[in-house]
Amino acid sequence: MRAKVFAVAVAALLAFSTAACAEDSDTPSANTSGGASAGGSIKSGLKVAFLPKQVNNPYFDTSDNKGGKVAVEEFKGSYSETGPSEASPSAQVSYINTLSQQGTKVIAVSANDKDAICGALNEARKAGAKVVTYDSDTKVECRDLFINQATSEGIAKNQIKLISDAIGPDGGEIAILSATANATNQNAWIELMKTELAKPEYSKLKLVDTVYGDDKDEKSFQEAQGLLAKHPNLKGIISPTTVGVAAAARYLSGSTYKGKVQLTGLGTPNQMKAFVKDGTVKAFALWNPADLGYLAAYAGAALASGLITGKEGDTFTAGKLGKFTVGKDATVLLGDPFTFKADNVDQFNF
Amino acid sequence: MTTPAVTTPAASKQTGALKRFATWDVVVLVALVLVIVIGSAAVEGVGSPQFWRFVTLEVVPIAIIALPMTLVVITGEIDLSVASVLGLTCAVMGDLWAHGVTSLPLLIVLCLLLGAVLGAINGLFITVFGLPSLAVTIGTLALYRGLAYVVLGDKAVADYPVTWTDNAIAPIPGLTIPWVIIVVAVLAVVFGLVLHATPIGRGLYAMGNNAEAARFAGVAVARTKFWLFVSTGMMASLAGVFWTFRFASARADNGDGLELAVVAAVLLGGVSIFGGRGGLIGVLGAVVLLSTLRNALQLANVQANTLTIVTGSLLIASVVGPNVVGMARERLRRRRTA
Repeated sequence: MRAKVFAVAVAALLAFSTAACAEDSDTPSANTSGGASAGGSIKSGLKVAFLPKQVNNPYFDTSDNKGGKVAVEEFKGSYSETGPSEASPSAQVSYINTLSQQGTKVIAVSANDKDAICGALNEARKAGAKVVTYDSDTKVECRDLFINQATSEGIAKNQIKLISDAIGPDGGEIAILSATANATNQNAWIELMKTELAKPEYSKLKLVDTVYGDDKDEKSFQEAQGLLAKHPNLKGIISPTTVGVAAAARYLSGSTYKGKVQLTGLGTPNQMKAFVKDGTVKAFALWNPADLGYLAAYAGAALASGLITGKEGDTFTAGKLGKFTVGKDATVLLGDPFTFKADNVDQFNF
Repeated sequence: MTTPAVTTPAASKQTGALKRFATWDVVVLVALVLVIVIGSAAVEGVGSPQFWRFVTLEVVPIAIIALPMTLVVITGEIDLSVASVLGLTCAVMGDLWAHGVTSLPLLIVLCLLLGAVLGAINGLFITVFGLPSLAVTIGTLALYRGLAYVVLGDKAVADYPVTWTDNAIAPIPGLTIPWVIIVVAVLAVVFGLVLHATPIGRGLYAMGNNAEAARFAGVAVARTKFWLFVSTGMMASLAGVFWTFRFASARADNGDGLELAVVAAVLLGGVSIFGGRGGLIGVLGAVVLLSTLRNALQLANVQANTLTIVTGSLLIASVVGPNVVGMARERLRRRRTA
């Protein structure tokens, strides 16, 4: 009998200790005391939750805690970030279910699967939540708005501009180091870059080669090496993939081509910081994840406050980022890619 | 101190060795009741009809696989390939659907057959070649998951009829609980009867305690183990069918890592990892306990990292717990006889 009492006591202790810590962490979210409506006529006290693909990821830490949170504090809502520790759709579903039970008014989610989380999102919407996807979209019918970080046109324009600025007015031969040969987004960007190069202001730039590093570090490194061996007059490389641009930068920075052959692409500040500082890369681009999260929070709040419904042509103001218009398929575009240079790259950590 | 409502009828007619483990069943069930009671009082939303709906949806695939896994672990073996069997089933089902197999019963039958074959491959290596199940199923864990990627690549097949996907998660009329829980209940009764009320079940405990002695006592050790692995394969593929329709998406990475959730529940349920001890009531209690606790903590805004720590601690407790209970009982008995 004593053993049984002991066992029950252990179980009780276990259950109680977890429940006790549960109570602790519940208090901040219960605090929904609103202030004066700061962000236009956005309702105060809105519960806004960010659900990234996974927590412990610097990219989402920036978009959620450095962007979304700032916006939610501006319009006096209550902010939370929650999510699975591994980027799996089923784990995300469990968190969506939790949010819909908590009566969350705005769910900003970066989808791990465009289909698998649909059912759960629609259940949450039935329970009264507005769903905004950011970074990675679901099917159109499962969310109210998608915040698109950048368009293909925007990326192509930005990349050509950056390489042209880096090489200078004399122009010369350039090449592209892409990911895989059948990556849909890469190929769309490359096509649009060619359109962009046809413009008169870029007449001195000549695209001589496109190679594929398959988004593998070693292969990208070798392909960059190969490009320079094959084209002795090469003046610049564009690598619109984070793996490729980092590998190419590593090769250039350790070679005699450093500073002579220009490089730009889509990269993350943490990977590229060192190469910007040592002069291998003058500028590279990506979107600003903090702005993406910030815009997602405002878009969700505008929906939840009844300011917009998410139909094409709706407009709303997103704090410091200004006015945005809802486009086709209930999509809001963040804007042009964000350019990172020596003077701003240190402000970012992702 | 103990609530009479949770002492189970099964506990009364166990033999001596099992009786000790009835205590652990009670611990699990009392912990479950406490989590529900304290959770409902402290956290808004815990215990609501919708809460139980979501917990049930989460429990179904884990419970389906935990049933045969309990039997396997009782014999002293383990099957770590179950989540990959689930994933490969999803991939093949998605591929069949994409290639025009549109009959639901046919799809389910083909998937169960596939699961049986995958389980039989495990069983063959373990029983015929006498390899350790841990090594074999770690191998097939990688192999089957790899095959799933060969079949589907990084595509997802998601264009199933809405009626199929809706039916998979439809509630029992008048309730919020999904009807598939009835399927799980029926399967639980079948596996429970086999384990606790047949000579086969007694044979499983015997081979878990001492395979050699069991063989001499006339238990068909190899043949029984072979069919156990076939049954884990089939149940894993059944869980895969449910998984595909629940998430309306067949992907090669479906259920990645689920084997750990299943093994965690089996161990927390009081089944000894060395075999020979444990029962289904504790395991089913543990499956529900783990999901309820996780959902309750999520509702209380506990972060994912903390949740992992809680689950890990529970697992340690589950391995240490039964031993502590056993030791305390032993000491008590010695003191009484002294």
